[in-house]
Amino acid sequence: MALPASARRAWRWLRASRFTLTSSTFRLALLYMLLVGVSVAILLGFLYWSTAGYMARQTDATIGAEIQGLAEQYRRRGLAGLSTLIAERIARNPQGASIYLLTQPNGTPIIGNLDSWPPVAPDGEGWVQFRTQQASAGKASVEHETRAKVFRLRGELRLLVGRDARELAAIRKLVLDAISWGLAITVGLALLGGWLMSAGIARRLDIINQVSREIMQGDLTRRVPSAGTGDDFDQLAENLNRMLERIEALMLSIRQVSDNIAHDLRTPLSRLRHRLELLRGSMRDEAARTEVEVAIGDADELLSAFNALLRIARIEAGSRRAAFADLDPLPLLRDVAELYEPLAAESRQAIEVEGAGGDSGNDRGACRLHADRDLLFQALANLVDNAIKHTPDGGRIRLRAHCTSEAVELSVSDDGPGIPAELRDKVLQRFFRIDESRAAPGHGLGLSLVQAVAQLHGATLSLEDAAPGLRVRLHLPKPARVDFNLPGCWDRAPAGALLGQPVGPAASRYGQQAVPPPKGVPR
Amino acid sequence: MRVLVIEDDAQLCGYLAKAFGEIGASVDLAENGRDGLFLAAGNRYDAMVVDRMLPELDGLAIIRTLRASGNPTPVLILSALGEVDHRVEGLRAGGDDYLVKPFAFSELHARIEALLRRATPGDAPVTHLSVADLELDLLKREVQRAGQPIALQPREFKLLEYLMRHAGQVVTRTMLLEHVWDYHFDPQTNVIDVHISRLRAKIDKDFEQPLLQTVRGAGYMLRAD
Repeated sequence: MALPASARRAWRWLRASRFTLTSSTFRLALLYMLLVGVSVAILLGFLYWSTAGYMARQTDATIGAEIQGLAEQYRRRGLAGLSTLIAERIARNPQGASIYLLTQPNGTPIIGNLDSWPPVAPDGEGWVQFRTQQASAGKASVEHETRAKVFRLRGELRLLVGRDARELAAIRKLVLDAISWGLAITVGLALLGGWLMSAGIARRLDIINQVSREIMQGDLTRRVPSAGTGDDFDQLAENLNRMLERIEALMLSIRQVSDNIAHDLRTPLSRLRHRLELLRGSMRDEAARTEVEVAIGDADELLSAFNALLRIARIEAGSRRAAFADLDPLPLLRDVAELYEPLAAESRQAIEVEGAGGDSGNDRGACRLHADRDLLFQALANLVDNAIKHTPDGGRIRLRAHCTSEAVELSVSDDGPGIPAELRDKVLQRFFRIDESRAAPGHGLGLSLVQAVAQLHGATLSLEDAAPGLRVRLHLPKPARVDFNLPGCWDRAPAGALLGQPVGPAASRYGQQAVPPPKGVPR
Repeated sequence: MRVLVIEDDAQLCGYLAKAFGEIGASVDLAENGRDGLFLAAGNRYDAMVVDRMLPELDGLAIIRTLRASGNPTPVLILSALGEVDHRVEGLRAGGDDYLVKPFAFSELHARIEALLRRATPGDAPVTHLSVADLELDLLKREVQRAGQPIALQPREFKLLEYLMRHAGQVVTRTMLLEHVWDYHFDPQTNVIDVHISRLRAKIDKDFEQPLLQTVRGAGYMLRAD
């Protein structure tokens, strides 16, 4: 069915404006329409009753008055006088609306413009309603609704006086038509008004929703704009913004506290480590030496967690942009795969590298990134390391680079158990570990670091279901856009600025553990 | 071996003095940049350990001054600043290696040994390396042991080359990551160990004398003893 283009456009516009059955906009508009419709219907009903009803009553009164008049004439001038009067009146409007019939007590008509007595019995007050055949000149006879009153004169004569009700019916129809149209227009206007009104509300709610979504995606610097009118919505926006500021401040202070603790504890911890190293050198007893080496290993683990924490803080502070350079991500992926391949092979896991876009001859140079080589390598290494740890033996890990003209997308996917949807946000938090993985070595900072690296690059990090397994995607915008598209990287300094001393990727300095981790750790 | 340590953290100084003493090196200490420069200019050292941030005279300024006066002593820079650009800055100033605090003494020691090896004059470019009966031809990119050819992957070749160039010295995992893989990063797992055991399987497995040894708490060493 080919809808006219304008209808399709209107439909698209309606859909785009979220005017759906479930939207509060729609429900509000409907409710408004119902309310206005019902009140207008009541009002018009009253109007109808008082106009059409008044006219009916008026007709009844006229009939009553005429009967009174005719009865009076009969009393004064007798049957002859009454007959003359009725004849006169009939003559005055031969096709008119007035109907008269005077009969003998046995029902034989004396005079009147009605052929016979109506077949309907009158009610208690003498009112009767019936249809009359009236032959109009040159036309077929037409049936008319007639309302009449029956009156008994002295001498058992019966008099009927009526009015053709067609005028009344016409007027009633006119009024009803007017009322229907009025109601329809009112409902239409109410619907439009309701929609306009609620669309205004919905638009402002939409803005708040949009901002909330962005904040939930991690951009805590976003604020709800205010219309400047000081109305309820502005107050809501103001309250939300105040709440956000509070949340941001709290988060920042938590981060600062943990960063400061990490920084302050690092110095005594490295002294402890130095002392242990010296102690080990001076020991002759082999068993005691082994104990000291275990202690050094423990200190190394702590230091590596602190260093990772501080490193994340440094990256988040965005001060590493100086090391950014143009690079092709594919060799980087190959290097990561190559570095981790023997480790994966120990669990009979395979690592595959797949590149699209950048390698084809005509598309040369398409796969370029403006990135910090070491940090990107670190992020990918963390992801592959995680994948190896969490994928069962014989699994497959896939590294993929996909390049388009706008962005480069790097992904690491495995066919392990994956991460339940409700935990995917949480695993990006510092120190968060899924219960099942607590037994595995690590400190729960790997993904936080990946996220920090992603943020520094203006990239978005997303965790998805690879069915089965987990896919981690890094969506990096192209060089030209990176420079302009980095909100928050420069202005988010506080986390790092508060640290007295910057730190480096020093965890590796302590990479050599006195006692290597047991090989049989359950993965 | 005579080493000059310019470091303002007294505790770290004491520790370094003791640790160097234990491996039989004599240490001169300077607690500020000016004293350090005087000592460095007036004496001959085998190696120097210089902190980057020093009172009175900045560590990088000391190195620049020494290099400008033609002093070739190998210098290892110690720093709390570990970012790549800081590292590059330090190496450009004339430093030979860069170590980020906090560090393990075994790492410092291994790196200084590597620096000393680099400093020994060997002008002709090396095309052939050998340790015991293990031989590596850099031009043909071939490896053989006791006359039997050994097939290596490119990265394994590079790894073996680095180990052979530093034969008899401890080589740490970080040094391997930096020089064989060329990445400055922090592996969460000891990935290097697995590469080493693969290489070991290729060069040591069928032979009586193991060449590639693990030095506990430090790293690896290739040697014939």
